[in-house]
Amino acid sequence: MSRPGFVLEVDDRTPPLIVHEGEGFRLEKFPLGTRVVYSPESLPALRDVDGAIKHALEEPENSEPLRALLRPGMKLTIAFDDVSLPLPPMKRPDIRQRVIEQVLTMAAEAGVDDVQIIAALALHRRMTPSELKHALGERVYRSFAPDGLLYNHDAEDPDNLEFIGTTDQGEEVEINKRAAQSDLLVYVNINIVPMDGGHKSVPIGLASYRSLRHHHNSKTMVHSRSFMDHKKSAMHHSAWRMGRLLKDHLKIFTIETTLNNDVFPAPYEFLNKREWEWNVRDQATMLAAKRGLALAPSKMKRKIFQGMQAPYGITGVHAGETEAVHEKTLENVYRQQAVEVQGQSDVLIMGVPYLCPYNVDAVMNPILATCMGLGYFFNSYRNKPVVRPGGAVILYHPVPYEFSQLHHPSYVDFFEEVLAESTDPATIEQRFEKQYATDPWYIHLYRTSYAYHGVHPFYMWYWAAHAMDHVGDVVWVGADRRAVERMGFRAASTLADALEMVSGTVGRSPSITYTHNPPHLISDVR
Amino acid sequence: MMLALEMYRSMPRYIAARAVGGRVPGILTGPAAPVRLVNRAEPRSVAAGWARVKPILSGICGSDLGALFGQTSMYFSALVSMPFVPGHEVVGELVDDCEDLPAGTRVVLDPVLSCAARGVERCQSCANGQTNRCDRVTVGHVSPGLQTGYCADTGGGWGGQLVAHRSQLHAVPDGLSDERAVLVEPIACAVHTAMRAQVPDGGSVLVSGAGAVGLFATLALRELTPAGRISVVAKHARQRELARAFGATDVLSPDEVPARVRRATQAFRLSPDRSGEFLLGGVDVAIDAVGSKDSLSTTLRVTRAGGRVVLSGMPAAGADLSPVWFRELEVVGTYATQGREAFARAFDLAASAPLDGVVGGRYPLYRWREALDHAHSAGRLGTVKVAFDLRSSR
Ligand SMILES: [Zn+2]
Ligand SMILES: [Zn+2]
Repeated sequence: MSRPGFVLEVDDRTPPLIVHEGEGFRLEKFPLGTRVVYSPESLPALRDVDGAIKHALEEPENSEPLRALLRPGMKLTIAFDDVSLPLPPMKRPDIRQRVIEQVLTMAAEAGVDDVQIIAALALHRRMTPSELKHALGERVYRSFAPDGLLYNHDAEDPDNLEFIGTTDQGEEVEINKRAAQSDLLVYVNINIVPMDGGHKSVPIGLASYRSLRHHHNSKTMVHSRSFMDHKKSAMHHSAWRMGRLLKDHLKIFTIETTLNNDVFPAPYEFLNKREWEWNVRDQATMLAAKRGLALAPSKMKRKIFQGMQAPYGITGVHAGETEAVHEKTLENVYRQQAVEVQGQSDVLIMGVPYLCPYNVDAVMNPILATCMGLGYFFNSYRNKPVVRPGGAVILYHPVPYEFSQLHHPSYVDFFEEVLAESTDPATIEQRFEKQYATDPWYIHLYRTSYAYHGVHPFYMWYWAAHAMDHVGDVVWVGADRRAVERMGFRAASTLADALEMVSGTVGRSPSITYTHNPPHLISDVR
Repeated sequence: MMLALEMYRSMPRYIAARAVGGRVPGILTGPAAPVRLVNRAEPRSVAAGWARVKPILSGICGSDLGALFGQTSMYFSALVSMPFVPGHEVVGELVDDCEDLPAGTRVVLDPVLSCAARGVERCQSCANGQTNRCDRVTVGHVSPGLQTGYCADTGGGWGGQLVAHRSQLHAVPDGLSDERAVLVEPIACAVHTAMRAQVPDGGSVLVSGAGAVGLFATLALRELTPAGRISVVAKHARQRELARAFGATDVLSPDEVPARVRRATQAFRLSPDRSGEFLLGGVDVAIDAVGSKDSLSTTLRVTRAGGRVVLSGMPAAGADLSPVWFRELEVVGTYATQGREAFARAFDLAASAPLDGVVGGRYPLYRWREALDHAHSAGRLGTVKVAFDLRSSR
């Protein structure tokens, strides 16, 4: 039986606690009275995953069974979440493979032979052949990719986009043409955070920039409280309007899956446990890992971390009509991740790990580190942020002044050029976004290489907008000073220094909360 | 007799003997030192139209440092006569009446020693008013020397007295300080550069280098041409500040040029094997105001097809000319100035531009080692122009 989320108050018996910081972690002794929020222990995994998929397809939510929607001569398109999910990547077989194999089997039985499979990557980088193979399995890849029937969505290919219409708020809906013209679109999602899934899947994953700009902008992002709660997120409101408009034009069958918290593989399982429950072996592997990582050259560290694959358990598979499915999904996700937290504190401390959705196989550059800390983790709350308005956030990450030219070419320019001018999301949106979004070179690299779209760093920065707006102070522990100062933050070498630096904002004896993730958690702040 | 700095070694021999690298004082005090401080006879007026000038301030130009360092191409060895007194950025006072200019007039020098000064029949260029292109700079009244400051007979600005021909003299308006007036000659060169750049309406310009040449080119481009975005490549903090003050839209450091120009012009960026990256697309006009191989290579590689590259610094050899061929670039040189008009505009700019503090070091002649060292490290030290102050040297 799993245990619910846990909130610990640091006393003099509390051991030093693990804090993630990029490709490594440290053991930190927190001030007495610090509140530490742990995610709930992993939920038990479904024992018969294939059976659960079968059941979901045959008895879907608020929809006819998938089998009944399939008929000979029809156009079937299957879209799936791209390489940004899950984090870390899932040990084989990936759940997408297991779902899609069953959908394909059913389609074949029904005599459907016009099938295409699309990675719904919006403005993310394209998936490489080996990533596609990993997500969908060797068999699906070999049967579809060589004939061009398994491919990456291209949000900049005017010949393969279709304009659907405009919502009552004037938002233009434009998505992948093949998907739009299909008799049935099956969307396969992995839900790792409640931000994803629902109407975020099709209207965003298969959209063009023209459509995305209506919700991916600084105004909606700063008005999303939080991204993890679609009912309180302006971005999601927009996606929901688009999704409801799409529903009238296109039959969509949504399949959403949820995961438990088994994030770290052997020998790093101790990272899934609470420190005071470590046994002797955990202690020993922890020390060995810590020492090993401290000595390893950064290239090797990156290889170790980027090579990690999580032994996730599947906690649920739901299929059918999008909104009904998403309700069930959210229940599962909250069951796994939500922790009740009483009241806000003056200071919020978070360790930023090595991976975010946008640096698979690449260094986590300063903008992504910010997005991870102030975008993802800060927004991992319901009701209200863990830190009070005007409080301080302390983040751990080395924030290397380093970028992948292959994956993040526009990030380099954004960091060097845009942030040198301003760090204010609204200002940079107004002055620079369009130029970056329409730059033909970035578009070329997005379409033909493995680059994120030119506008992507803007979106990452907007994500952090709500946090930057909400808190008075952001300090990074152990970070490259030059890199964080470019972004308008400050760097400290130790937690004590960081607390000293924020004392002007929060006083000398602030209340402190440390959210101990990963594994992922959502603070339900009462 | 007068005190003067003298370049006395023959440049060919000096270049052959020079030790590679090292800081200026090392070179200047070592056995290969090509300059010395001497007492020598004052130069005498050679013919009608010539008069004596007592320099007040005399700038140190990049081309002077090039000659002292032996970095100048052997090409120029046929265009100078030894020993000579360097110094061609001069504000001084007339000792004699010179045609319409009475003794005592403050003047700045157009250093080119063209047909008129040499007393020979005008060559085709001089007849067209393009005295900077004169073909007769080795004959006539005075010894070979493309400019005052490279001629054995005229003296130069780094000495107590020089002689100049009326064709070289421009009277300084009363309100203009000596510190601004000494900048008129280099600004006039920049005016000429801006004209040679032929910037299209709203065109994008890259100025590579933010020493005096690059900064004054920026100023002239902004004031006198319809340029749109002017991007200036600068290494040092003070240079970046000044570049903006002189009209730069943005300032780049040398290693970010291809990326930033690509962004600004939405060009495509390519990385060839074992060679520097280049753009398809790029700026309309690039000005090389450094003269190094790197600077020239960069400017050639980030200029759009059919664009123009202006060589404003004295160029080094060895850049890859492939882009000139493939991108059909127009590569043009810009040397000195073409007559009166550039000087008239330079006087206006010298009066109005934010030039206070631009002359950042003034040295008496006997402090020449420090002066040349300072000039050599000017960018790093935040100085644009170092000058000799001849009033304290007599
Ligand atoms: Zn000069
Ligand atoms: Zn001539």
